[in-house]
Amino acid sequence: MAWLKGKVAIKQMGYIDKSKDNKSENIIEVKNLVKEFKGLRAVDNISFSVKKNEIFGFLGPNGAGKTTTINMICTLLSKTSGSITLDGYSISKERNKIRNCIGMVFQDPSLDDRLTALENLHFHGLLYNIPRATLKKRSEEVLDMVNLTERKNNLVMTFSGGMRRRLEIARGLLHYPKVLFLDEPTLGLDPQTRNKIWDYIIKLKENREITIFMTSHYMEETEICDRIAVIDRGKIIALDTPENLKNMIGGDIITLTSEDNIKLKKYVEDINGIEVHDVNEEKIRFEVKNSSGFVPRLIKESPVKILSITARKPTLNDVFLELTGREIREENASSKDSMRMRMRRRMRH
Amino acid sequence: MKKELAGIYTVWLRDLKRYLRDRPRVIGSFAQPILFLFVLGTGIASSFSVFGGGGGEEFLDFMFPGIIGMTVLFTSFFSAMSIVWDREFGFLREILVAPISRTSIVVGKLLGGSTIAMIQGSIILMLSPLLGIPIDFLIFFKVLGVMFLMAMVISGMGIMLASVIKSMQAFQVITNFLLMPMFFLSGALFPLNRTVEWMNIVSKANPLSYGIDAMRFTLLGDVSLQLYPMWLDVLVLSFLIVAFSVTGAFLFNRQD
Repeated sequence: MAWLKGKVAIKQMGYIDKSKDNKSENIIEVKNLVKEFKGLRAVDNISFSVKKNEIFGFLGPNGAGKTTTINMICTLLSKTSGSITLDGYSISKERNKIRNCIGMVFQDPSLDDRLTALENLHFHGLLYNIPRATLKKRSEEVLDMVNLTERKNNLVMTFSGGMRRRLEIARGLLHYPKVLFLDEPTLGLDPQTRNKIWDYIIKLKENREITIFMTSHYMEETEICDRIAVIDRGKIIALDTPENLKNMIGGDIITLTSEDNIKLKKYVEDINGIEVHDVNEEKIRFEVKNSSGFVPRLIKESPVKILSITARKPTLNDVFLELTGREIREENASSKDSMRMRMRRRMRH
Repeated sequence: MKKELAGIYTVWLRDLKRYLRDRPRVIGSFAQPILFLFVLGTGIASSFSVFGGGGGEEFLDFMFPGIIGMTVLFTSFFSAMSIVWDREFGFLREILVAPISRTSIVVGKLLGGSTIAMIQGSIILMLSPLLGIPIDFLIFFKVLGVMFLMAMVISGMGIMLASVIKSMQAFQVITNFLLMPMFFLSGALFPLNRTVEWMNIVSKANPLSYGIDAMRFTLLGDVSLQLYPMWLDVLVLSFLIVAFSVTGAFLFNRQD
């Protein structure tokens, strides 16, 4: 029985508890993750960790590898190499344990539109083995959270895009997951509905302990994150808080048009010692620390006539531009994307 | 284990609920067999007298089990193949991230497709009094059993294909190049043992021909129309169910 004693001793020394502490700091750990599709590297050797109870965001253009990474973490897609652990469970061995503690809201609708809202929740409860009485209570709770209680017995077919999304969020929360994945939760929704969805998510975060892992290619939406990983062409090119990322820019952004841009450009560069970029043939752009003092001074002292000038705080789009030299915007939709959009439209009618 | 059973039940129940709510599908899948039976069947039957030869009415009787087989074939195949688009655009993703095994999903899908096919087949079976084919409870349950075997084979085949095929276009191709020949060479529309030799040989490799054969014997009880003994039909179908569903589950388990 010596081995048993040893184990107990280890426990008493707090050895096991210590490992638990580590676990509670980072809920997701990804190391050297690679995914190749027929020789193409969709995810190229990325490593990052997500802290418990934070909102973690993936920001990047379409096709950057956001969804591929999420699909690997949520056990939908196998990895080419690397390691993933979630709440201490390894993706290679304990898939069902991981599935139990994650909630998903997919980029594409995954509700059954021929079932009612309540039935969709009921099926979810069956799949996650939630006892009947608990299921009933929780269904009411999550439906109430997303304001769909009155529509609970209607077929999902009759729901608008925003309502479907809300129901999907409710369903993702039904089994009280530790991590909720939101993959482009507002894609294809109008701005008003998008705001509403975020209101629900913020409310959710206030009311319970949950880690949220989200992706978006709408800059302003990722601002609610505690930390953001900027991802481009399968690589993480920056990972920090939104504030720190924006501080990388080094001040406010000035965009202006003048009668002689070349002359003005040289003037600003000489006086202020900052680099000035050409936006297009008419506009130039640069950053300054304090725009409210700078702008009036420039207008007064400029050697050429300034035709228009704007000053604004940097956004995450500027960060992306700074890091990659490109803007995040919807590039030409691939055939799969346009297929998706068609399906989405079809499903809505 | 209890969890897995709950998973199987969920996948099955979902398919069934969807089917029962889809009125156009219920009616539509009823219309095609009737068209085949009463328009095509009657047409062919009446042409017999033109080319010399009798037995026009008997031909409708002959064709009836084939039409039930056709219903089972198409219903269970399309049910299983719904995985293809369900994976990309629908509820299947929700099931795939749930803590149940892929094998349970396959079993649920097999049973779901088969149940729907049996319901559809039974509806067509209700037409038998119109053709003067006598049916009692015993025959009904035997036919139900044959439909179950057939549906499981075809669903298994569908899942096997759906695990390999990922696009809707390929799905169309399969329908034309696999399903239609399977149907034509199954003995559903004409007796295989009286046609040219190659057809007879090809039909032996066709899972459906064993199902149709069993169905015809069960319904009509006519030994002269039998291609294979009943025990062989049941044996081949049972073997194929095991082979197809194990392969299907294996392929479905493979992640991308």
